[in-house]
Amino acid sequence: MLKIKDLHANVEGKEILRGINLEVKAGEVHAIMGPNGSGKSTLASVIAGNDNFEVTQGSVELEGEDLEDVSPEERAHKGVFLSFQYPVEIPGVSVTNFMKTAINESRKAKGLEDMPAKDMLKLIREKSELLEIDRKFLSRSLNEGFSGGEKKRNEIFQMAMLEPKVAILDETDSGLDIDALRIVASGVNKLKSKDNAVILITHYQRLLEYIVPDFVHVLHNGKIVKSGGKELALELEEKGYDWLKQETAV
Amino acid sequence: MAFENNVDVEHPVHDVRMAAIKNFEEKGFPSKKEEAWKYTSLNNIQKIDFSIFPKQENSLEYKDVKRYFIHEIDTYKIVFVDGIYSSYLSETTHDGVDICLMSAALTKPMYKQVIDVYFNKIASKDESLTTLNTAFSREGAYIYIPKNKMPKKPIEILHFSTGNEASLLLQPRNLIVVEENAEVQIIERHQSLTSNEVLTNAVTEIFAAKSAIVDLYKIQNDVATASLIDNTYVDQKDKSLVKIHTFSFGGKLTRNNLNFYQNGEYIDSTMKGVTILGEKQHVDHHTLVHHIQPNCESHQDYKGIYGDSSTGVFNGKIIVDKIAQKTNAFQKNNNILISDKASINSKPQLEIFADDVKCSHGCTIGQLDKDALFYLQSRGIPEKEARALLMYAFANNVLSSVRIPELKARINKLIAKKLGVNLGFDL
Ligand SMILES: Nc1ncnc2c1ncn2[C@@H]1O[C@H](COP(=O)(O)OP(=O)(O)O)[C@@H](O)[C@H]1O
Ligand SMILES: [Mg+2]
Repeated sequence: MLKIKDLHANVEGKEILRGINLEVKAGEVHAIMGPNGSGKSTLASVIAGNDNFEVTQGSVELEGEDLEDVSPEERAHKGVFLSFQYPVEIPGVSVTNFMKTAINESRKAKGLEDMPAKDMLKLIREKSELLEIDRKFLSRSLNEGFSGGEKKRNEIFQMAMLEPKVAILDETDSGLDIDALRIVASGVNKLKSKDNAVILITHYQRLLEYIVPDFVHVLHNGKIVKSGGKELALELEEKGYDWLKQETAV
Repeated sequence: MAFENNVDVEHPVHDVRMAAIKNFEEKGFPSKKEEAWKYTSLNNIQKIDFSIFPKQENSLEYKDVKRYFIHEIDTYKIVFVDGIYSSYLSETTHDGVDICLMSAALTKPMYKQVIDVYFNKIASKDESLTTLNTAFSREGAYIYIPKNKMPKKPIEILHFSTGNEASLLLQPRNLIVVEENAEVQIIERHQSLTSNEVLTNAVTEIFAAKSAIVDLYKIQNDVATASLIDNTYVDQKDKSLVKIHTFSFGGKLTRNNLNFYQNGEYIDSTMKGVTILGEKQHVDHHTLVHHIQPNCESHQDYKGIYGDSSTGVFNGKIIVDKIAQKTNAFQKNNNILISDKASINSKPQLEIFADDVKCSHGCTIGQLDKDALFYLQSRGIPEKEARALLMYAFANNVLSSVRIPELKARINKLIAKKLGVNLGFDL
């Protein structure tokens, strides 16, 4: 579904991603772990098409199509979703209106009519129940004054609304208390199917107890230095990253 | 421009007018040499041969101009067509409050007392354009709200120009007196209906007595051949609260001179503005808050979005007199330039003579936040719409204090239109 080949990317002339290879098939869950500053958010941004980062080499393919020169909005229309580590506040635009715009723009791109208001309301009700989001919350300005946890839960609500093929969750677990984490994880699990894929970026094993990955990758200095099954996450939790750094240095 | 001898010697304010003419003749139009007019040139406007009085009266059908009213709600209306009062389009009242005409107030004995106390008392007697208005203005809105009263509905003051003159100079004169503990909401708009040249040189005097509340909303969305010079003077007494919102989305040249004088304690003066310009439009916001007494506040928040070759000016002057201790004066002017050819000159001007005051001012000029843009695009919202949403969000703070929901909805629509987007929902 998603194929990343020898991906190199720069920001302000500095190379952040230094040759990433990753293949994510439909139905799979991949976890990406690694120390701060190793390039996890950069990888997520590049997949979603952020042109503040310059791809200097390699490629990202979605279902066989090279995404080079595909704008972020077109990637979204094709089924890429990024849950942001730091969601942006948009004063004056309610969560509901924002989602209406996002969904209808996506439909427009596919040559479909706007979603009828009745269906939209039903969808919003369904998905907000899935994530146990209060109705009142949906009429608030997007992310404005939301707590860290509310922002993250709202990101997953957006994911639920947009039903992407590939969802990248960048540190969605940080800022969530244990109850919220459980709700968000169960939401993600319900949205998961054999036709879509999830990439979880996280520091903690905790999230992976709820959303069990098929593969775990360790990113360090812009490269995937180790891949394994879900046991790798446990190993990292126990030993930290220092041993890994030494091992790769050898 | 030449002014015929149109001064009515019998008129009760004859002396006031003669003094004003004298001042204007001495000073003439302000030029760019004057500091206050450095960035706004009236040269081109002065070259136009304006008619001062239309030769012919024109009437308009309500259905043709309905869209310029906040027609979703019931309002009092004081409407002028080419400077002449249109009783047909207006809805005035004398039921407990006076919402009517300046010409009537200036001539009828029953208003004499109010006119004697307030007319031309706060308006400048030496600022040349204000005196030009004082000399020649014939008409405008007269609003008198007695103690403890509040009109049942908001008041709309509308000035239409029909374009039947090749070029027209309008000089409306408004007097708004809000007595102790009274309250009023006013919406003001100037609208040219054709592409003939119009210059409006308006003067508004507002008197807010003790604990009075005044909300004035200025909608400036005129055509590309209409220019406006707005001179508003506000006199505030103890504990009064006056808020002026200025929405500048159109017109050729717009100059807003808003002057607040705090003649009392515990006063709150607020000026907010959203400016969204394109093409070659020019808007100049010149504000003055004079803190004359202690324990008062002033708040200014102006947001500007400038595209194409549009130009903007923000000049915010705050004077804090020596005795005006415990003054809080805040001023913010944030701007986004969305074109390389657009420009903004933003300048705070603080003259503070008291030592125990809190003053803050900040002006920013920037571009749209790239991370925020990416966030919206990553949700499938195309770049153009994403930019519009961000601009809307940028201006939003100013809209939150608009207290008439239907007006707020209208402003939102104007903003969406100005930004050239249809977002699939009403902003
Ligand atoms: N916009 C940017 N400008 C400059 N440097 C950046 C930018 N974004 C990320 N970086 C740098 O790239 C490196 C990787 O950052 P990031 O991808 O956020 O790491 P992680 O998510 O793994 O903590 C860091 O050194 C960071 O400082
Ligand atoms: Mg990160």
